[in-house]
Amino acid sequence: MSGDHQTKHATTWVGRSIRRVEDRALVHGEGCFTADLPADLHVRFVRSPVASGRLKHVTIPDTARGLVAADLTRIGRIKPMLHRPDYVAVEQPILADGVIRFVGEPIAAIIASSPAEAEDHVEATFYDIDETDPVVDVLAALAPGAPRVHDWTKHNILVEGRVDTPGFDAMFASAARIVEVDITSRRQHALPLEPRGAHADFDRRTGRITLTCSTQSPHVMRTAIAELLQLPEADLRVIAPDVGGGFGQKMMLPPEYVLIVHVARMTKRSVAWIEDRRENLIASFHARDMRVKLKAAFSADAKLIAIDADMASNVGAYSGFPITCGVEALMGMAELPGPYDVQQYRCVSRGVATNTCPMAPYRGVSRPVITFTMERMMDTAAAKFGIDPIDIRRRNLIDKFPYKSATGLTFDDATYREVMEIAVRELPLSQLRERQSEMRKHGRYLGIGFSTFSERTGYGTPAFAARGMESTPGYENVEIAMDPSGNVTARIGAFPHGQGLKTTLSQIIADEVGVSPEKINIIAGDTDQTPYGWGSFASRSLVISGGACLVGARKLKAKLVRIAAHLMKVAPEDVTLEPGFAKARSTNQSIPIPELARTAYHKAHLLYGVADAGLVEQGFYDPPGTFSNACHVAVVEVDIETGGVKVERFMVVEDAGRLINPMIVDGQIHGGVAQGIANALLEEIIYDERGNILTATLADFLPPTMSEVPRFELHHIETYSDATITEAKGIGEGGAIGAPAAVVNAISDALSPFGVAFYELPVTPQRIRAALRKAGKANS
Amino acid sequence: MKPAPFHYHAPVTVEEAVTQLARYGGDAKVLAGGQSLVPVMAFRLARPGQIVDINGIEELDYARVTDGRLHIGALARHARFHDPVEPGPLGQLLSTVVQSIAHLPIRMRGTFCGSLAHADASSEWCATAATLDAEMVLVHQTGRRVVTAADYFKGFLMTDRADDELLVEARIPLLPAGTRFGFEEFSRRAGDYALTLCLAVIRVEGGKVTEARVGVGGAEPFPRRIKEAEATLVGRAFDHAACRRAAEFAAKAVDPMNDTQADPEYRRDLVLAMVRRALEKCLA
Ligand SMILES: Cc1cc2nc3c(=O)[nH]c(=O)nc-3n(C[C@H](O)[C@H](O)[C@H](O)COP(=O)(O)OP(=O)(O)OC[C@H]3O[C@@H](n4cnc5c(N)ncnc54)[C@H](O)[C@@H]3O)c2cc1C
Repeated sequence: MSGDHQTKHATTWVGRSIRRVEDRALVHGEGCFTADLPADLHVRFVRSPVASGRLKHVTIPDTARGLVAADLTRIGRIKPMLHRPDYVAVEQPILADGVIRFVGEPIAAIIASSPAEAEDHVEATFYDIDETDPVVDVLAALAPGAPRVHDWTKHNILVEGRVDTPGFDAMFASAARIVEVDITSRRQHALPLEPRGAHADFDRRTGRITLTCSTQSPHVMRTAIAELLQLPEADLRVIAPDVGGGFGQKMMLPPEYVLIVHVARMTKRSVAWIEDRRENLIASFHARDMRVKLKAAFSADAKLIAIDADMASNVGAYSGFPITCGVEALMGMAELPGPYDVQQYRCVSRGVATNTCPMAPYRGVSRPVITFTMERMMDTAAAKFGIDPIDIRRRNLIDKFPYKSATGLTFDDATYREVMEIAVRELPLSQLRERQSEMRKHGRYLGIGFSTFSERTGYGTPAFAARGMESTPGYENVEIAMDPSGNVTARIGAFPHGQGLKTTLSQIIADEVGVSPEKINIIAGDTDQTPYGWGSFASRSLVISGGACLVGARKLKAKLVRIAAHLMKVAPEDVTLEPGFAKARSTNQSIPIPELARTAYHKAHLLYGVADAGLVEQGFYDPPGTFSNACHVAVVEVDIETGGVKVERFMVVEDAGRLINPMIVDGQIHGGVAQGIANALLEEIIYDERGNILTATLADFLPPTMSEVPRFELHHIETYSDATITEAKGIGEGGAIGAPAAVVNAISDALSPFGVAFYELPVTPQRIRAALRKAGKANS
Repeated sequence: MKPAPFHYHAPVTVEEAVTQLARYGGDAKVLAGGQSLVPVMAFRLARPGQIVDINGIEELDYARVTDGRLHIGALARHARFHDPVEPGPLGQLLSTVVQSIAHLPIRMRGTFCGSLAHADASSEWCATAATLDAEMVLVHQTGRRVVTAADYFKGFLMTDRADDELLVEARIPLLPAGTRFGFEEFSRRAGDYALTLCLAVIRVEGGKVTEARVGVGGAEPFPRRIKEAEATLVGRAFDHAACRRAAEFAAKAVDPMNDTQADPEYRRDLVLAMVRRALEKCLA
């Protein structure tokens, strides 16, 4: 469908699927990643093989150089803050300091002249740990008397949010029917193609350190590391070069990066740590280890009237900076009701410490889980009412805007109903249902699963402040300049790492200032060269950095118009900026844009008293946020003998407001849906009861290949909401949010003749067979 | 994920290679395609002090028919079997089975004999060797011996090969014209090692099964022929009921392994499904 867009906005750059400027270097193997930088020294970490214990001592071999916690007494501990009475602020040492809290926790850092040599010394490092009983499972960690991960705390609950709308009890009591679901989302891992990595270099001339690292948020890294090492921020430059994906895992501060900067400072040499895949799977951040018990109250006509939820999020051993261990629990609580009109809501949501790897937000954060919860509940309710899954959604989706949710969120204009109706028509659903019943006669089980959801995107400081975050992200700044030759440079605080943001921002700027995108250079990922910003996460960059670019570009445009008007001796209102030149409507006179730029810099005397010399402007944007929305449909065939699931078709009908570059939007959806399908069928981090990780290689942790994802069928509607100045909504996470629910709804639909349904992620072949066996359907 | 230090040797003759293996014994590892050895070295699960790289021994690069058998030299890569290496049913069978081994880049380097030496429980070639009663030719410094598949596979990643022996060749008897075969495997993703696989080879004459081979891999620590399933087939009519019955026998006969992806009960389900489906492919 994206072909439609090619012609729609033919006169503007916005709306066109131009090629990504980022790709040429990457596909030619000319990208530059952290691991490409040469280093004098290489660090490898000795990591704990046990989940919980007392670290008695560490002996680094005499022939090796290394650091243990006792060497780092002057370095701070990572202690992210949430200003909430229920938040327990735990601290994370850079290297385990007497206490071991998860398998993979760094115990010592070995410094050598090559990674291989460092690994030899890692193997020869001796340590003595008194193992204690770990707590691994989130419900076990909540049980009275459970071992405490941080022994000074009262219990393992590190954050606890509550909602209880007035009138909840009465409404719940009036229900004609209560539908209960008990949801398990097993632990996920974002698996960026490039694992983490850091390279720090000491500049003897200036005494400054440059940290080049794989991160989503270079400025945030600078602030955090400078503070922990008690450095002025000005003495630390952070560069994020090409970054091979992050998905949230790389927005968090890794203790390893702090240590690398420390080693560079200590040795005055260049030093690198390049994480390997095993470390990445064991000791980088995990996600989505959640349980949700949901009771949904319905009136007799299948209208949802109240929901009651109890959510537990396993946050692992520590709280990550800057987003804290509250991220999944609190976002899950605030957004659980999703796209449905329900005003009575009660929820308790806890973030619970365990002896497992700490958590990061992962594309969608908790929303793949809460969408899964609500969508499984809706299908279950539909079956109980004996109505169609489409029908129950029709009765409950929000369709009046702006809509104020039970948790106080404002839903701007969106198309929750429309996207679903388009999916029903385009499939077409009636034909699929016929095929399904035909196939069942031959012992083949086709399933069709829907999922409708809202994706809260592009939210600024107020939304983060509402969570009580000590460091409150949200806004973006851009410094936009036209040089004397008429080319434009925009220095952005946001940092793209694969999303094509340089392309889309240049499209936004191009339309304002009359310069084509190839003449616009976007600079990002270097704290020395860009204004302070927050990086890319939370489906924010196009909305917020794009908004800041629009603001800045409009100022630049205004100045160009003022200059042109002065030079052509007409009123500014008479001047328009066309591609390549400024034109006076009344006189039909025109001046090429490069000439305006030359004048601004080199003939500033002509503008004396009219405009300052130069063409440099700043754009700032801090929006309230906007909701994009979509309907996902999965069509699967389940092999009841093997439990194998084939995703035959996957349709997404989505509304992200104005599409700046439809091809890039499609790409975001493709990637997200592939991750969502993996979340539903394949990927799972498994711990045993001693806290050992059983999925530490890519032979056990299974990302999808091209063979496991079908061709995607995408349809777009564009609702231009006034919640953002570009009229664009975020789209980075939606693919991952909607897909797991659609796939598992489809599997449950396929297996409905056996009375088998799933309320867990992922649904593996083994689990399908076990459920079929239990339902009395032995192998045929 | 960097290997421990090792010494590297690149012999160009079998003699040289086995001399080195004799010298270093258990401290040496043969490097063929490296598709299994290199990853285990990177994880330091294997830490050989000596690597004997056989890729330069040109005399081992062959797959040819003599004396009614296919001889597969130690440097024959998986990809060599993409097109049939011989015109009969065996060539067809191998070119069918090879499609399920890993991904193309791995098939370009990994070797048939390397798979037999590594002896993964789920290896397609190991199951093929077991099903077709292949013979393995093992050479050491002072001689050679030939071991049949039934004696060769000993356990999970364990074979009868001694540390100082080079597997120079595998031999598989050609299959008579008219032999039918069926191959089925179930894996989580395209190219993954199978959780369970079955290779069935059937000959039918005068409406009755005259020969049946049912090999199962991935379910137990090493692949083997399932005699109970074969016995129910021979001497009877070959139809859907026969396939189902044989599959049920096979599912009862196996003693399945347990891991995170497949517990024993599930593996038994898979044996039932794979054996029946592999046999049904022979019906056509
Ligand atoms: C991602 C991935 C997926 C894979 N999927 C599959 C799959 O689906 N099915 C499958 O069967 N395999 C699979 N493999 C393994 C692949 O087929 C290997 O190539 C094969 O198992 C070993 O062959 P090799 O030539 O690479 O041996 P190497 O890795 O070089 O050696 C393997 C072992 O055998 C020994 N060895 C090798 N050759 C000899 C010899 N001639 N004499 C004595 N010892 C020898 C080595 O010392 C070593 O211990 C996969 C591999 C990868 C990386």
